Amino acid sequence: MLPRAAGLGLLLLGLGALPLVLSNPTYTSIAIFTLIYMTAATSWNTFAGYSGYIPLGHVVFFGSGAYTLAVAAQDWHLVGGYGMFLLIPLAGLVAGLLALPFGLVALRTRRHTFVVITIAIMFIFQLLAFNLGVTNGSSGIQIPTPLWPAATFNDPFYYITLGILILAVATSWFVRRSRFGLQLLAIRDDEDRARGLGVRTGRVKLTAFVISAIPVGMVGAMYAYFIGQIFPQFAFDPLFDVSVALMVFFGGLGTVAGPLLGAVVLEPLQQYLTLQFSIGDLYLIIYGVVFLAVILLMPRGVVPSTRDWLRARRTGRPDAPEVEGDTDRAAEVAAHTGSPT
Amino acid sequence: MSALLEIDGVSKAYGGVQALSACSLDVAEGTITGLIGPNGSGKTTLFNVVTGYEHVNVGAVRYRGRAITNHAPDQVFKLGIGRTFQLTRIFARLTLMENMLVATQHHEGWARSMVRRGSSAGERRRALELLEFVGLAGHAGEAAGTLSYGQRKLLELAYVLIADPEVLLLDEPAGGINPSLIHYITERIRELNRQGRTFLVVEHNMEFVMGLCERVTVMHQGCVIVSGTPHEVRADPRVLDAYLGGADDEEEGAGAA
Amino acid sequence: MAALYGAVIDGILTGGVYALMAAGLTLIFGVMDIINIAQGVLVVLAAYLSYFLSIRFGLDLFVGLLVTIPVLFLLGVAVEWLFIRRLRSQEKTAMSILVTYAVAIIIEGVLSVTFGVNYVQLHGWYVTRSFQLLGFYLPYIYVFGFLLAAALLAVLFVILYRTRFGRSVRASLQNRTAAQLIGVNVARVSTLTFGLGVAVTAAGGMIFGATNAFNPNSGYDLISRLLAIVILGGLGSIGGALAAAVAMLVVEDVVAVIWSPVWSDVVFFVALVAVLLIRPVGLFGRAAARAQ
Repeated sequence: MLPRAAGLGLLLLGLGALPLVLSNPTYTSIAIFTLIYMTAATSWNTFAGYSGYIPLGHVVFFGSGAYTLAVAAQDWHLVGGYGMFLLIPLAGLVAGLLALPFGLVALRTRRHTFVVITIAIMFIFQLLAFNLGVTNGSSGIQIPTPLWPAATFNDPFYYITLGILILAVATSWFVRRSRFGLQLLAIRDDEDRARGLGVRTGRVKLTAFVISAIPVGMVGAMYAYFIGQIFPQFAFDPLFDVSVALMVFFGGLGTVAGPLLGAVVLEPLQQYLTLQFSIGDLYLIIYGVVFLAVILLMPRGVVPSTRDWLRARRTGRPDAPEVEGDTDRAAEVAAHTGSPT
Repeated sequence: MSALLEIDGVSKAYGGVQALSACSLDVAEGTITGLIGPNGSGKTTLFNVVTGYEHVNVGAVRYRGRAITNHAPDQVFKLGIGRTFQLTRIFARLTLMENMLVATQHHEGWARSMVRRGSSAGERRRALELLEFVGLAGHAGEAAGTLSYGQRKLLELAYVLIADPEVLLLDEPAGGINPSLIHYITERIRELNRQGRTFLVVEHNMEFVMGLCERVTVMHQGCVIVSGTPHEVRADPRVLDAYLGGADDEEEGAGAA
Repeated sequence: MAALYGAVIDGILTGGVYALMAAGLTLIFGVMDIINIAQGVLVVLAAYLSYFLSIRFGLDLFVGLLVTIPVLFLLGVAVEWLFIRRLRSQEKTAMSILVTYAVAIIIEGVLSVTFGVNYVQLHGWYVTRSFQLLGFYLPYIYVFGFLLAAALLAVLFVILYRTRFGRSVRASLQNRTAAQLIGVNVARVSTLTFGLGVAVTAAGGMIFGATNAFNPNSGYDLISRLLAIVILGGLGSIGGALAAAVAMLVVEDVVAVIWSPVWSDVVFFVALVAVLLIRPVGLFGRAAARAQ
């Protein structure tokens, strides 16, 4: 326990000191995007990793958060500055409120149908953003820029995003250790059985869904404010969820550290590739190849694989036991050959 | 004799297949009742109906005189009716201890469950006791997916027991496991019964059923055809007819798992 | 009123083409229990292949299918063999979606690098000319496309119901494990099914490319519609996919006429959400898929 706490403290200290070391705005910008994705990945995992449901529509919360800030700033004639950050909790609230009906509809379905319905809802929101008056359609909304000195311009964005990230990680950690988290994990393994053991599955799933939406909405607002403008195609980008999912799978689905690691590795890479191949086409190919490599070579992610390896070394066993896979097949075969009803 | 669990004229059809037709059955408190019958006679479907996994339009299920027909599985469980599945359903990626704790939360509010730690010391102690009871305490920290088939059956029994159900519906507790373990399971069930728990047991192993149960009910084509002591049932010609004549309806309607 | 009838006819004709593409998607799902997110961009790839053949070699679009259908079939076989087969049973739902998504991204990137991001459209005499029927002007391509889709669907049904391979496919559709136990080589059936499901995009892509301007990005729009169709029809149900495709395209065209083309796209997804609220397994889905 102690080394873990010490490690966490060191990590926080390092993250806090980063802008002092890296003063180049190009790097701090990348750091801010990385923090945004770390938050999004952590929150996505708080729902997906523990419940086993894979949503590909969390960009709805990201985009809604972004538009909440943009529209509020526009309608209330706000000027750029620290005051704008007060809109971020509002963005989180809007995302959480949207997650209620979204979750109520989507969580009636399971597995593939759930994935597809989240995609469908994502497209509904994208079309709405293009066509509604309030979003100003495809011409987007400009957001007032703060008049801060160029040298430290990025710092407030950095630290407040870091704050949101800490909130998201703390939430994920608490959920993982709570009874509520255990219920989610039981749902992941066998939802119907969990229900038969008194778990109110509908409520548990919906709560987790809402919890995971709120920080995503907050960093969506942060993203919009930092970029200074917002367009439907960026606010509701279908690739957002895929990127986030990739980060989570890379690091380890269902772990607290995995999504953080995934985002730290992949988001700077993504930024770097975008800068290098500014046309964006080659970037797609490279990204897709990395994606395939991660999923095929490390299906369980870096964190669980490393943990098993360490445990195996410590206990001196040749290799950690593979849990599922074969037992699945055994049960399946038993279902058809084994004892009849 | 008061019936703890009453199944009253329940019918259930899948498409054209009548899985249950006006099936009625009483389970008296404190007994171990066996439920036997050829494949496809509706035993598992009956379990599913009682525990809320299947809905019916005709008939009623009562528990302590109170209608529980078409209640959701979590509600039925909360009333004190636990069950196991024919093909054991454990939480493969959770540890045995975590498996045990899933069912401990049924009596607590949903908001409270979010701020609480995963488990209290008392619950862990109780979970360990029950794991001890089924002989799995040594594996408490391992993932349930590593257990053998027979061990899974025992774990499933244990994690249902932690919620202290009054009635247990066991679907083939002896199916597909080795004979020494069968004897062990028999002993566990007897012990639990002495503590006052009521059992309804579906099983194909006749030796097991006849040795364990005080009353045996025979189902055929979705109906109860005979009910009585093991001795009476064994002597009843209709039972033999059901088993020999039942060879043409092999398929169990829409299965349990 | 005439515009309304026109919209209905258009919807039926284009619906036939969508039915073909959706049939491939739902077939893959039924046999392999995975959703091929790349189906949309594969349609676009097929359209570009037809474009390439007609620009470079002056090949007629329909003749070009003799090349594009085998090419896409082999591509499908390769994707299944290289990537899908390697997925483990755990998390297969999520993994297969992500893997096929990755394949889609790569194909989209390759198309952008090769053909650029400007919109193109396929050409042939039947694309620009139309004929009059009962007072409506119908472009030939709509009718030809519908007939082609109907013919290929017929071929698909013959394969499924009249061949040994088809019998294996249907057995796997019913119950994969049981099929395995009675001696069906499910791995090989899966590979061929994936190839077959992808091969239909060759024809779908050609007709799509002849009736719409497209660029490498068009795959997203397509896959979202195709997914809506197969879910509405009930995953794994080919008949359901056909009915849902025609119904959805008719609804979309009618909404475009009586309301606005802008909202016809939204209607597509709203209809999906509404149906799933009432019937979570889709209109023609089997309720069986309860177990994890």
